[in-house]
Amino acid sequence: MDEALNDLGAYIAAALPQDVIDTQVAGGELVVRARLTTLTKLLAFLRDDSNCLFKVLLDITAVDYPEREERFEVVYILLSLSQNQRIKVKLNVGEDVAVPTASTVFSSANWAERETWDMYGIYFSDHPDLRRILTDYGFEGHPLRKDFPLTGRVEVRYDETQKRVVYDPVKLTQDFRSFDFLSPWEGMTDVLPGDEKANTDEEEEAEGA
Amino acid sequence: MSEVAIKNLTLNFGPQHPAAHGVLRLVLEMDGEVVERADPHVGLLHRGTEKLIEYKTYLQAVPYFDRLDYVSPMCQEHAYALAVEKMLGIEVPERGQYIRVLFSEITRILNHIMNLTTYALDVGAMTPLLWGFEERERLMEFYERVSGARLHAAYFRPGGVHQDMPAGLADDILDFCETYPTFLDDMETLLTENRIFKQRTVDIGVFTAEEAMDWGMSGPMLRASGVAWDLRKSQPYDVYDRVEFDVPVGKTGDCYARYLIRVEEMRQSLRIIKQCINDMPDGPVMTQNHKLTPPRRGDMKQSMEALIHHFKLYTEGYHVPAGETYTAVEAPKGEFGVYVVADGTNRPYKCKIRAPGFAFMQALAPLSKGHMLADVPAVIGSMDIVFGEVDR
Repeated sequence: MDEALNDLGAYIAAALPQDVIDTQVAGGELVVRARLTTLTKLLAFLRDDSNCLFKVLLDITAVDYPEREERFEVVYILLSLSQNQRIKVKLNVGEDVAVPTASTVFSSANWAERETWDMYGIYFSDHPDLRRILTDYGFEGHPLRKDFPLTGRVEVRYDETQKRVVYDPVKLTQDFRSFDFLSPWEGMTDVLPGDEKANTDEEEEAEGA
Repeated sequence: MSEVAIKNLTLNFGPQHPAAHGVLRLVLEMDGEVVERADPHVGLLHRGTEKLIEYKTYLQAVPYFDRLDYVSPMCQEHAYALAVEKMLGIEVPERGQYIRVLFSEITRILNHIMNLTTYALDVGAMTPLLWGFEERERLMEFYERVSGARLHAAYFRPGGVHQDMPAGLADDILDFCETYPTFLDDMETLLTENRIFKQRTVDIGVFTAEEAMDWGMSGPMLRASGVAWDLRKSQPYDVYDRVEFDVPVGKTGDCYARYLIRVEEMRQSLRIIKQCINDMPDGPVMTQNHKLTPPRRGDMKQSMEALIHHFKLYTEGYHVPAGETYTAVEAPKGEFGVYVVADGTNRPYKCKIRAPGFAFMQALAPLSKGHMLADVPAVIGSMDIVFGEVDR
């Protein structure tokens, strides 16, 4: 399985050397890194080339890494029915960069890009209808960004005096708590004070036996 | 007579409409009674599942998957469990795999009963719904007996399934397999050759194979257009490669073909269920690596280590090595995938849910264009939309 993916990756890199930064197979899945300017060319190639035929664009999403210079990683997930393969196309973009729309190549990209715009605020240029899709009418912010609070910024309630639904800033009766139980359970290498004994005991036992 | 300019009528369909199968607001631009343009407004049921999962441990994320497509809960847990198992690099014991396939197929029947009968209701046949929900209740009892909950089961977990099946359940499922075809036959006598049903569905909402792929269709929506594609066959997971079943493929790509495919899929599911029960070996149902799966309650009374494992698993959870995966299953509606990015901690860095219904909803516009207003509910019904998964 991995071999076929390696071959496919090498084939794509060889066919479009200018447009592909690199290809790699990780965990049995093929990832192709694309360049911003020639993204649609690469997607059209993947769709039409007789060795690829990735005719189904399943989804477009993004991953937010706030600490990186190019903050977002846009991910296109494609499926080839005739080759029975999956491929991910990745693109690193900054916050204020417009990504060329893929909706000219795949019809299914339309809503997927709207969702990515809604959730991450990544702008897709030349998109036919780039409106918000999942969030409320008049929503502000992009919820899946790492700097967006889990509790959101506004809450709704029905106001009896105004006879309508009103938006208020979120008021938490209790501070938001993010339980971080992260501990070095496995793979702890440093010896905690007092633990030296535990190890020496075992060694002594081993020696005794 | 002077010329009269006729303006298209904009019609608001929903958000509360029984034929919308949930909270769908549909803005239709009508030319007389013909739909010119359909603009679905989704997101009214958006609960921020993907954001919430980023703040939960891997085990705590499981129940969110029940609440996406709430008529086929276990298949979605299946996708998530497979994704996490893939990143952890663990194998599920054989019995666990058989139980998962068994309940995936029960879920498929559960989903298709819901879809077909409400679909029939949308186009004017009420009886299938009344009959079907009786059968559906029997299936939900199986859910309840195995997991304790009729709907939100949280039964498939990374590493296997939570508990073994209780004694006698397998026999009752086999009994169900004996009686269920009678219901299917009865339902088919009401619908398959029914003149009204066929008038409402044949040649309505047609997709060619190329269009279906272009719009990201999957599952029965894709197969109705003549594409022989089923993840259970082409990319088998768990023990799907050891059971025998056929994949029905349609010819016409219309609403009627989708109906026929779902009916046949239920019959095939029965075959898989019987094979699973007959071939199921004895043994554990969950990985016995207690760094990842909880120890048995009885062991915790005796063993200090088991107690520690239990405590650590239900507070901190386990760590998943950094990496990412897109793993998909053939859910009853179509390809349900999860794209999980792990950063080596006990919580997913990102979890994107690829719901089949989202792509279907998008395809409503091309499918309903040029059809009558009354055909819109028929198209929605045939797409098998559940808003829990569309809006996430």
